[in-house]
This record gives sequence, C-alpha cells and structure tokens, in this order.
Amino acid sequence: MIMARPVRIACIVFCTLVLLYLILPILIIAPMSFSSARFLTFPPPSLSLRWYQEYVGNAAWMQATRVTLTVAALTVVIATPLGVAAAYAISQSRTRIMRAIHIILLLPLVVPVIITAVGIFFIYARVGLVATLSGLVFANVMLALPYVVISVVAGLQSFDATQEMVARSLGMNRLRSFFAVTLPQIKASVTAGAIFAFISAMDETIVALFISGGQYQPLTKRMFTALRDEIDPTIAAISTMMTAVSFMLVLLASTRQRKDG
Amino acid sequence: MRHQRREQGLMLALASPALLVILTLVVLPVGWLGWQSIYHDGFTLENYRRIWSEDIYWRSFLLTFEISLLVTLLALLLGYPIAYAATIVSKGWRVFILALVILPFWTSVLVRAYAWLALLQRTGVLNQLLEYIGVIDEPLALVHNSFGTVVATVHILLPFMVLPLYGTMQKIPNELMQAGASLGGSPSHIFWRVFLPLSLPGVLAGATLVFVLCLGFYITPELLGDGRTVMVSMLVSRNVELYDQWGAASAVGIVLLAAVGAIFFAVSRFVPLDRVLGQK
Repeated sequence: MIMARPVRIACIVFCTLVLLYLILPILIIAPMSFSSARFLTFPPPSLSLRWYQEYVGNAAWMQATRVTLTVAALTVVIATPLGVAAAYAISQSRTRIMRAIHIILLLPLVVPVIITAVGIFFIYARVGLVATLSGLVFANVMLALPYVVISVVAGLQSFDATQEMVARSLGMNRLRSFFAVTLPQIKASVTAGAIFAFISAMDETIVALFISGGQYQPLTKRMFTALRDEIDPTIAAISTMMTAVSFMLVLLASTRQRKDG
Repeated sequence: MRHQRREQGLMLALASPALLVILTLVVLPVGWLGWQSIYHDGFTLENYRRIWSEDIYWRSFLLTFEISLLVTLLALLLGYPIAYAATIVSKGWRVFILALVILPFWTSVLVRAYAWLALLQRTGVLNQLLEYIGVIDEPLALVHNSFGTVVATVHILLPFMVLPLYGTMQKIPNELMQAGASLGGSPSHIFWRVFLPLSLPGVLAGATLVFVLCLGFYITPELLGDGRTVMVSMLVSRNVELYDQWGAASAVGIVLLAAVGAIFFAVSRFVPLDRVLGQK
C-alpha cells in the first residue's frame, strides 16, 4: 500500500524501535554472561567463562538441569501422542461434543496459570504428589497439550482426509492407514507441536514454584528463588543457554512447518 | 447409523486421554478451589465477603485492572504498526519481522523478566549508559515499581497482540485498498475508512488475549514490582505461601477466573473463540 513519504519514514523508525525493544533485552543477556565481573555490568570489563564454570561446578544447578531435561523429555513423550490422537479426533468428527472437547483442551491457555498452579498444589497435597517427579511431569503434560493440539489440528486442516479413506477402502485398517498415509504428511506439524511442548516444559515456572521441591526442583524454580535474593551472574549464563535452546528449536519448528505447506 | 455411532465412539476414545489430563489438572483443581472458597467446617461466604469489604483485596483487583488496561493499550499502540508493517512489506522482510516477534514469544518469561531486571536496576545497563553519556547524575529508579512491571509485561505480552493482528490484517484483500485508491481516496483516508475497520476483529482478539493474560500475570509483578503494590496473582500466592489462608486464596482465584470467563464470553459474541486462541 502506498503511504506519504514522511508517514512512511516515521512508521519505519517507530517499527524499528519497537522491534529493538522486543529483541534487545533478550540478546543483551549473552554478553553479560561472558563477563568476568562479579556484578552485572555492560559492556563486560573482560570476557571469561567464569559464570559457566560456576554453573557446571554447582551440584544444585546440575541437579536442577537434570530435572528440567527429564521433565521436558517426558512431557514431549507423553503430550505428543495424546495431543495427536485428540487432534485427529477433533478434525475427523464434527459433533457438538467434540467441539466442546476441543475448547476444553485449550483451557490451559485461558485459565490464569497462577490459579491452575494453586489448584494443582491443593490436589497434589491431598494425594502426595507434591515435590515428586511424576507430579511435575503430569502438570507439564497438561500445560503442553494445547500447543500440540493447536499445531496438529492446523496440520490436519491442510491434509486431504479422502486419502486416508482411499487407503482404508483398499483394505488397510484405520491404524495402519493413519501411520502409512496421514502421519507422514502431518509429520512437520507433529514435530512442531512436540518442540513447543518441550519449550513449554523447559520454561514453565509458576506451577513448579508451587508443586516442586526437594531434589526435584527444575531450573526455573531455582532461578526464581535466586532472583528474589540477589542478581547472580550465573543466572545470566543459564538464561543464555536456555534462550539459545529455545531459538534453535523454534527455528527448527518453523522450517519444519513450512515444509508441510 | 450403527457405523456412525461406532465411528463417534472411536473418536471419543481417541480424545479421552488428553481430555482426562485436562479434566484432572484444570477442571478438578478449579472445582476444588471453588469448593474450598465456600466450605470450611460448613458453608460460608466469609471469604467472598472479605474480598468485598477489606481494602487490600478490592484495591488489588482495581490495581490489576488498571495495570492490565494500561498494558493492553500500550501493546496495541506498539503492536499495531508492527503487524501492519509485516502485512505490507516484501516477503523477506515479513519473515524477518515475524521472527523478531516469535522468537521472544518462545523465550522463557522468567529469562525475559531477568533481562529487564539486569537492564533497569540501579546499577543496570540503562542507568550506566545514561550516566556515561552524562544525561543523569543519579541512577533512576526504573525497576521495583510499576514502571518496571509495565515495561517488562508489555514486552512479554506484545507478541500476543501482534500475532492475532497480523493474522487478521493478512486476510484483508488488497483489492479493497486498490479500489479505494482508484476511486480517489487518499492513502490516509483509505487506511482510516477501509483498512482499520477491517482489522478491528484482530484488535479485539489481541486486546482480549493481552488483557486476560495480564490479569493473571505473576512473574513480572513479583520480580519487578515494588513488593507493596500487590496484583491479584500475588494475593493468591501470598495467601497460600505466607498466610496459609487457602480459603481466601481460593476465593480470590475464583473471582479472577470469573472475570476472565466473563471477558471471554463477552468477546466470543463478536469474534469466535478459537480465532482468539488459535493464532499462536
């Protein structure tokens, strides 16, 4: 669309500033994490890997990292098949019940996490799941399910369902036709959903604050507690690594999704 | 007929494991909160009466609404031009702009709150920079107040505004603008009379998402706020962690949820809900 020249320049400047506001704060953590200084200073006086060594040498951080990775991996392994099955059902069936189920499956995105967190804490306290690994995984599966469902439902929308019908009319059973015909064509959406589930579990903080404890505290909970006390540059190192992982996974997911068309 | 019923049963069976997870970890806990808010050795509305009558409670609700409104307006102000730009630029630039929106979206909220803490604190990057170039002598108090909270919260919620906006704008047919131009409309006239009205569903979807998410936001006010101004989410967590007042925490949570539900219900009459949610 055409725009008057001054308007155009103003718009470009404004948009550039907003985009910088979006991305700079995230990027600025990286140089700070390579600083040799005790306090966060920018630019760093000299470069060092001090805070990364501190992180690797600290048993509590290492244990927290193990918890985060375990929880995220298990979340992906559980949430992906559950989400794919549900998304398949949602896209195949147009009944009113299924539409209601679709909305219920997206509830974790709508209900404020603080409310779910406290509610889960009350329930877990009754059944003895507080401060357990399985409790943490279960909660993260719940939070990650909407991402898988959204991604796979979108993938199935662009998939021509008659192909599966053809496979079945040629004698394949439902399960085989799904794995042989449908799944390969929505593979990218499934991968993207799984990646988002992983990131969601890796970044989850609020529920973990309430229900995790003891040796099963994920990174985010330890970071949050440390942040309340003082600004420890070790957290800059951990943040940088988490951001790098997120960035790589998102880029992977988006190149995948583009392949689905 | 029988075949159809079997088909429906199969689909329900496929969806049920996921449904079960959501029911036990969202619906059941929320139901439990509701029960706990009205039952403590007998039925009581004491917890709700307190929200109504005690200053700290309703003031916290008021403050949360004000901050959420401010955050939503700012996000709209910053987000609309970005979404608009992404709509009209060439494909390469579009990918670039959207990447700069989506990458922060998938970066941990905690990491972003930490980044703002590092940027805005007294000895933070911004204060050092301003002192270095001689604009200020004393470090400014940029964080541990509502300024810091709002700046960081807008940063975190901005993608939730841009993505639905972009989704709507991208579907506005370009021919309409060309038609407007061929009929002699000036660019600004076409924008205000054709493009803007057609983008309003996106505005509504984005604003709803940002407002509702902000109502329940916890991490940024807790880390970047001053500790004295208590948002609703902090009211919930403090009643659980510090005061062991589970009934009070439950009641606050239920009121917050009711507000969120009412907003979504009202909005769903104008924009279908799955469009509000499905933009991620």
